[in-house]
Amino acid sequence: MQAIAEKIKAKALELLENGTVNRVLGWEDGEMPYDRTPAVFTKDELAELKYDHFCGANLSKYLIAETKKDGKVLALLKPCDTYSFNQLIKEHRINRDNVYVLGIPCRGKVDVRKLRARGIEGILSIEDDGTTITVHTLYGDETCPREEALLERCLCCKGKEHKAFDEVIADDKPYVEPGHDRFEMVDKLQAMSSEERFAFWQGELSKCIRCNACRNVCPACSCLSCVFDNANSGVSSKANVDPFEEQMFHIVRAYHVAGRCTDCGECSRVCPQGIPLHLLNRKFIKDVDTFYGEYQPGEDTDSRGPLTNFTKGDVEPSIVYGGDK
Amino acid sequence: MQAVTENKTFTPKIVAFCCNWCSYAGADLAGTSRLSYPANVKIIRVPCSCRVNPLFILRAFQRGADGVILCGCHPGDCHYSTGNYYARRRMTLLFSMLDYLGIERERTRVEWVSAAEGNKFAATMNDFVQTITALGENVKLGDLRCKQ
Repeated sequence: MQAIAEKIKAKALELLENGTVNRVLGWEDGEMPYDRTPAVFTKDELAELKYDHFCGANLSKYLIAETKKDGKVLALLKPCDTYSFNQLIKEHRINRDNVYVLGIPCRGKVDVRKLRARGIEGILSIEDDGTTITVHTLYGDETCPREEALLERCLCCKGKEHKAFDEVIADDKPYVEPGHDRFEMVDKLQAMSSEERFAFWQGELSKCIRCNACRNVCPACSCLSCVFDNANSGVSSKANVDPFEEQMFHIVRAYHVAGRCTDCGECSRVCPQGIPLHLLNRKFIKDVDTFYGEYQPGEDTDSRGPLTNFTKGDVEPSIVYGGDK
Repeated sequence: MQAVTENKTFTPKIVAFCCNWCSYAGADLAGTSRLSYPANVKIIRVPCSCRVNPLFILRAFQRGADGVILCGCHPGDCHYSTGNYYARRRMTLLFSMLDYLGIERERTRVEWVSAAEGNKFAATMNDFVQTITALGENVKLGDLRCKQ
């Protein structure tokens, strides 16, 4: 991973020096040794650039603001980030002329919460040999099977192919991801009774503190003025007071990105309460796939999304409430 | 014993979003044809079924509706050519999500009712009110603060 980071830095320096770009959008150290925060670097600051197993943040959304500025910005995008990038291009949110996309390899990102749950504290850095992860901590080294340390979204990796790029740094040793079925949990929930599902979601959604992190990080949630910032919405920036509000925010949040969500998993990654928000998005993805044909947002920049499209023979809504299910 | 009496007196509140160009006229026809349907169906006229934002439906439930029904023109007959096709997709996904969250899926419905179908309008409303009465009060999606 260190070698890749060096390669990226060298490439960035080359592009900065030949004037292709005037700044770099990447990751820098955050507050803790395992935090990586998106940041913009000039040539002098480039030494601060970090790329490792903690760089889970999807940088696509930052390009909305960055591409409005003067000059070209170099964006470091992992394969799954390029889906969000394409989606934002499709929605005319990113000025493609002002960005140079460097596709960078990804070997899966680590979920610090999962490591902590195993009792690993004082995390400093990670080494990954493709099957086992070695965690260097303040208290010595710990090991963990790779499959139990990766972010949920990496277990269901969409592939290592960049969907949009100007240049790609190839991985000399690409890892094969576990390839879990991303709808496994959705299916499990659907198999439950209505009461059990309600109880499950009440348990999860009542943890919500309405910090808006899921909304703010989501590359699909890019409206300039958001429905939830409206003081009259009844849910603007305050904790939930009853079950309705708990559900309302999350239904509307998920619905607003339905058909546009690339399943990047950022919402669940940033949720401080650990609510599995991706399960709501995946439900919409699954419904779109079953009702209207498989559709992966962000795979291209010109197809029409499922909710801005129709066919005359679409299924009737009675498929949901009519008959046994 | 008390529960039984309460159940008997339960009259559901139903919100019906009706397209101006078809079902709203259909409701009118039901009226002029002297067909009866329950008075607890509150009709909200919308310019097209596609005008109905999924948020409207959630809001209706929040403010105490026990069931919400959307009536629009038959697919292919939309006054604006394609509005109901979009509404159809939207509602399918919304209803499916509500079901996923554990809300009773019978509480929401979409029916296509044309201006000439006064009979169908009355029959649909009678049937829907019956279903909701059997289901009982909407507890899961209601907002306690909106209770009177």
